[in-house]
Amino acid sequence: MTTADTAAAPRARGPLALARRAVLYAVLALAALAILVPFLWMVSASLKRNNDVFTIPIQWIPQDFQWGNFTEIWTRVPLDTYLGNTVFLSLVITFLQVLTGSFAAYGFAKVRFRGRDTLFMLYIATIAVPWQAYMIPQYIMMQKAELTDTFLSLILIQAFGAFGVFLMRQYYLTIPDELCEAARVDGLSEYGIWARIMLPLSKPALASLALLTFVNTWNDYMGPFIYLTSNDLWTIQLGLRSFVGQYDADYAMMMTGSVLSVLPIMIIFLLGQRHFIQGIASSGMKG
Amino acid sequence: MADLLTATPATASAAPPPRARDRRRARRNTLIGWSFILPNFLGFAVLTLVPVLAAFALSFMEWDSYNPPEWVGLDNFERLLNDESTKIALRNTAYYALGHVPLTMLAALGLALLLNRKIAGVGFFRAAAFFPYITSMVAVAIVWNMLFNPEFGPVNQFLQFLGVDSPPGWTTSTTWAMPAVILTSVWRDMGYYMVLFLAGLQAIPVEQYEAAKVDGASTWQRFRAVTLPGLRPVTFLVLVLLTVQSFKVFDLIVVMTDGGPGRATLVLSQQIYRRGIVEGEFGYASAISFVLFLLVLVFTLVQFWINNRRERR
Repeated sequence: MTTADTAAAPRARGPLALARRAVLYAVLALAALAILVPFLWMVSASLKRNNDVFTIPIQWIPQDFQWGNFTEIWTRVPLDTYLGNTVFLSLVITFLQVLTGSFAAYGFAKVRFRGRDTLFMLYIATIAVPWQAYMIPQYIMMQKAELTDTFLSLILIQAFGAFGVFLMRQYYLTIPDELCEAARVDGLSEYGIWARIMLPLSKPALASLALLTFVNTWNDYMGPFIYLTSNDLWTIQLGLRSFVGQYDADYAMMMTGSVLSVLPIMIIFLLGQRHFIQGIASSGMKG
Repeated sequence: MADLLTATPATASAAPPPRARDRRRARRNTLIGWSFILPNFLGFAVLTLVPVLAAFALSFMEWDSYNPPEWVGLDNFERLLNDESTKIALRNTAYYALGHVPLTMLAALGLALLLNRKIAGVGFFRAAAFFPYITSMVAVAIVWNMLFNPEFGPVNQFLQFLGVDSPPGWTTSTTWAMPAVILTSVWRDMGYYMVLFLAGLQAIPVEQYEAAKVDGASTWQRFRAVTLPGLRPVTFLVLVLLTVQSFKVFDLIVVMTDGGPGRATLVLSQQIYRRGIVEGEFGYASAISFVLFLLVLVFTLVQFWINNRRERR
């Protein structure tokens, strides 16, 4: 009934519906353009001569494209080191977070034992505590362990987050217990159930968690800013920031660097867009 | 198949096993449960739980890297009340939150309402609205700093085109730096909350709209009577998340204005970083973090309370 109704409506109204649809698309296009303007500016400026970045009126399309900016920047700053560091950190942290997170989530979702729910509440409670509120003692601990200015400090801080446990647990709860029960009857150990049944079944949630963690680590500024002081350990975000400080009038180059720092994330987003959205929607909804 | 599976636990409970076996099984389950949780819990306990508790204790101590910690009671909090820059940071954080929370919420809700329909190409528009959220703060701050350039930036060129004679100086002006930061953060964050609102809108049963239509409700009336009440849980969640997020703002401000001009955009997180990590005053910085935590907690609890009261009505 409902579907027939809505399907018949546009035909019945004819031109009016068509006009409404056109207005809707115009509004949407305008909104999308307004949201994307900063990116257009970024890409356009990255391909200009420095003198052409700030002109009145704005040139949205560069007069002659300076593709050379994208090769020159590598000679000005050790971008390859920064990118390498960022890829390394993002991969290691994501791997550990997904592994320990999904492992712990199985314990929270599918094994019944005393104290489990209290422990989980403890996890949830710390999600609500801002990192800024405990970063000082954390820093002191790292300092005492002589781990500041190493990758290990950041990996330790970020790889065991409560968020991953939370996200995976929410997903495991939607997988029926009967499935685990049947596997137990078939003689599979709990670890076997996790590895052979839960992991394959939770691929969408694993993908969401992996993508969100990877992007967060890639984009993180405050963590590396506090912990990494040696230039050869810097991530792309620190490198970009320091580049802006050094060449503060080199606008075209600043934009070239920004494009290069955003590009990998954009590719990942285009490939895994569905998982991003689902991960956020589900972590929020069941919270 | 499904019947077979559900039958198993039922037959197991039909013959109650002796107590000893029960206890053994409980112990076994505890061991198994902990073995799953432990790898994550070790990292979590050492690096999150302990620091959270330590932060609380530290805020009552005086401690720098050279001298041993000393219990000073409420001295740090007293100092906080007389520290001009901490007070400014507190005020600026409140200002930021007052702008960021409602504006992001409105923008996100607007986008969600606009994009909650089944039309061709809606996926593209949703992706476009979401994309700023996963762009790094550093890149966002650099780009927007240029967009807000007082003389040549596109923002002011656009304002002049609209007929504004002397557009604001944005990040170079003490009055306009915070609005510039707020606008940038609204632009970046609205896509994330749009996703939450979209999920909320899709959870509202279509029948409710149909019923309202049959009753002759206008679009606005349907929004007031069906959409808004249906969205209440999501709205509450968004409100809490946004508040927490605005109280801990750091990256954007550090890169965009570094607290300036003067101290016009200095915020609490920055103050904690400066006092604690740069100057090594661990006790005092922890007291500021404690205040930050209390603020977040109080706001969250108040929102919980209001939400509960509304739900009961």
